[in-house]
Amino acid sequence: MEKTVNIFLYGKKYAVPENLTIMGAMEYAGYQLVRGCGCRNGFCGACATIYRIKGDRELKVCLACQTKVEENMYIATLPFFPLVKAVYDIEKVSPTEQIMMQLYPEIYSCIGCNACTKACTQSLNVMQYIAYAQRGEYEKCAEESFDCVMCGVCSSRCPAGISHPQVAMLARRLNGKYLAPGCGHLEDRVKEIRDGTFRELMESLMQKPLEELKELYNNREIEK
Amino acid sequence: MYTEKMLESMAKVAANREANAAMEPRRMTAEEKEKLLATYHPDYIESQFATLSVGPNKGEKVPLELRALLEANSRVKDMEIDLEKPFYDVDVLVIGGGGAGSSAAIEAHEKGANVMIVTKLRIGDANTMMAEGGIQAADKPNDSPAIHYVDALGGGHFANKPELLYRLVTEAPEAILWLNKLGVEFDKMPDGTMVTTHGGGTSRKRMHAAKDYSGAEIMRTLRDEVLNRGIPVVDFTAAIELILDEEGKAAGAVLQNMETGEILVARAKTVILATGGCGRLHYQGFPTSNHYGATADGLILGYRAGAKLLYQDTLQYHPTGAAFPEQIFGALVTEKVRSLGAMLINVDGTPFMHPLETRDVSAASIIRECKERGKGVPTPQGEGIWLDTPMIEMKGGEGTIEKRIPAMMRMFGKYGIDIRKEPIVIYPTLHYQNGGLEIAADNETGVPGLYVAGEAVGGIHGRNRLMGNSLLDIIVFGRSAGKNAADRAKDVKLGKLTLRHVESFAKEMEEAGIKSDIVSPKLLPDYARKA
Repeated sequence: MEKTVNIFLYGKKYAVPENLTIMGAMEYAGYQLVRGCGCRNGFCGACATIYRIKGDRELKVCLACQTKVEENMYIATLPFFPLVKAVYDIEKVSPTEQIMMQLYPEIYSCIGCNACTKACTQSLNVMQYIAYAQRGEYEKCAEESFDCVMCGVCSSRCPAGISHPQVAMLARRLNGKYLAPGCGHLEDRVKEIRDGTFRELMESLMQKPLEELKELYNNREIEK
Repeated sequence: MYTEKMLESMAKVAANREANAAMEPRRMTAEEKEKLLATYHPDYIESQFATLSVGPNKGEKVPLELRALLEANSRVKDMEIDLEKPFYDVDVLVIGGGGAGSSAAIEAHEKGANVMIVTKLRIGDANTMMAEGGIQAADKPNDSPAIHYVDALGGGHFANKPELLYRLVTEAPEAILWLNKLGVEFDKMPDGTMVTTHGGGTSRKRMHAAKDYSGAEIMRTLRDEVLNRGIPVVDFTAAIELILDEEGKAAGAVLQNMETGEILVARAKTVILATGGCGRLHYQGFPTSNHYGATADGLILGYRAGAKLLYQDTLQYHPTGAAFPEQIFGALVTEKVRSLGAMLINVDGTPFMHPLETRDVSAASIIRECKERGKGVPTPQGEGIWLDTPMIEMKGGEGTIEKRIPAMMRMFGKYGIDIRKEPIVIYPTLHYQNGGLEIAADNETGVPGLYVAGEAVGGIHGRNRLMGNSLLDIIVFGRSAGKNAADRAKDVKLGKLTLRHVESFAKEMEEAGIKSDIVSPKLLPDYARKA
């Protein structure tokens, strides 16, 4: 018989096998999930969860699919959080400080409480990336926020009403499009293809009989 | 946490690491690969397949679990649905909110079409979000679309539809450029040169990546763009049946709210199926790396409407699913781990294959090492093979893992495993639907006005897909589906809407003597424990 622990889903007690994740435990308890369940692998941020261990003052956060249950865990899921998503035209914005002031002015109301960082399910330094965004340092903001899964827990804890994941999203797009170096060999290749450089080669390749294609494949040179 | 036997074996792996890292196991010959696949690949286990009795692919082989859904009852059976008063009326209806659906919606919108996305979970709840390793494109001077073509063709066992593969490889650089211009970040050198690596079966280093969040980075950017454009996204709403007009053209879909059950009709001049894969059907009892909604819905919808399937009998088992600890059983361990230098090592600490064979060959080889040769590493849940991650730091220098595969480091770190210091245990996991609905080069199925993009398409990858060609195909074929569906919508005059095809399919089933007690599409797996 596998060992069980007692957990409390929205306050209701269930005994579940100790090796389960919170998501697995909910299903073990009989929940057919629709909300609060996405990739089940820690990438999509659908299963943001808040919990407290009985007797402990600290409120903890996690992704339900990536966290094992513990004895006396009081669990509430946060399947949706109303983040503010500013709408903009990526072709018309530029990577200046002004764009943040215009689209997400609330970031300048940050009081430095660091609740966002403590709440991050990915253990990111959220307050730091917001600081980078305030200063228009989008490359740093992009790097610091890169592993964000946009679960929204940080924003749920923010007294200034900042939608951190959306701020970081904007910073990454600005960095990816405008600040990171362009790629010469990529642009050259796109141009060659548009100019039809490979057309003849491709057509002759596609007309080759199967046996010849197999020969080509089985004897092709593989880059070290 | 590890068992004693695992620790014992792990010590052997560590002891041999330096010697192992210095060697490159030889690649298998074509004959060896063929024999290996026929003996150990799950696609070759005849008893796991059945023959279809109805529909456009009658007489052909499908996995048992898929047949059960193809030859099942419609969810609209016995429902009174008024098709004359659609709740939504659009030019282009995109079913599915992953990478293909989002790319399609963006391009349809760019063409000026009134386009809408409907998705049964949220936009971005898709396998795209979970694709870790990267995206292929032949954009380096030593590479060309022709070399990419040969790699993918050989990897696909020469079964790829040439006209689709041609488009995949020749439009690949353009796809990367498009993403980059949308603001997708790629790993680059300071001068802008793309950092590229090998994937299994590639002959040039053409894997572009954004750390090991490649798919997530692409998906969140596409989602942001969809929202910036104000394209309506109707989430938590499933398409449960396609609607045709009286001439047999695609004309919309019956939708159902996943939470309230409310039925709504969407009329559309063209429809794009971008519903993704099937991992959550757990073929042959395999765990899966797929997201929660991967239940092959689009295949069911399309098939009932008369669209043909292609290579529906071929699945991809990713060689490296997590086999330990049990909390992440089946989760994807990106192929990039091997691209960066980690080798596959058996219980004795011995490498038994080249780490970058194609996925089907690698999976079969791992299964053989465990089942035939008895060289698997025993785990509490079964067995697996070591993937020697510390080798990456040995080859690439300290810090390589944190910089290049942070998601992997985090995933195992949560369970107290430091992949920089300890190897991990892996076993094949159900990963990708190689087959799907058959399309022409313009994404259209045999049903006029019904387009398909993404994993729901069959034929692009033949009978086995290479790493990095899926993120690529969702962009290339997602974009063209959107453009072509939007263009077509301009000239379409819809007749009266009908669900007659659903009734005829049911009648065909009855005539074939098939009785089913299940309904499809499945929409979500049923993991809730029953008391």
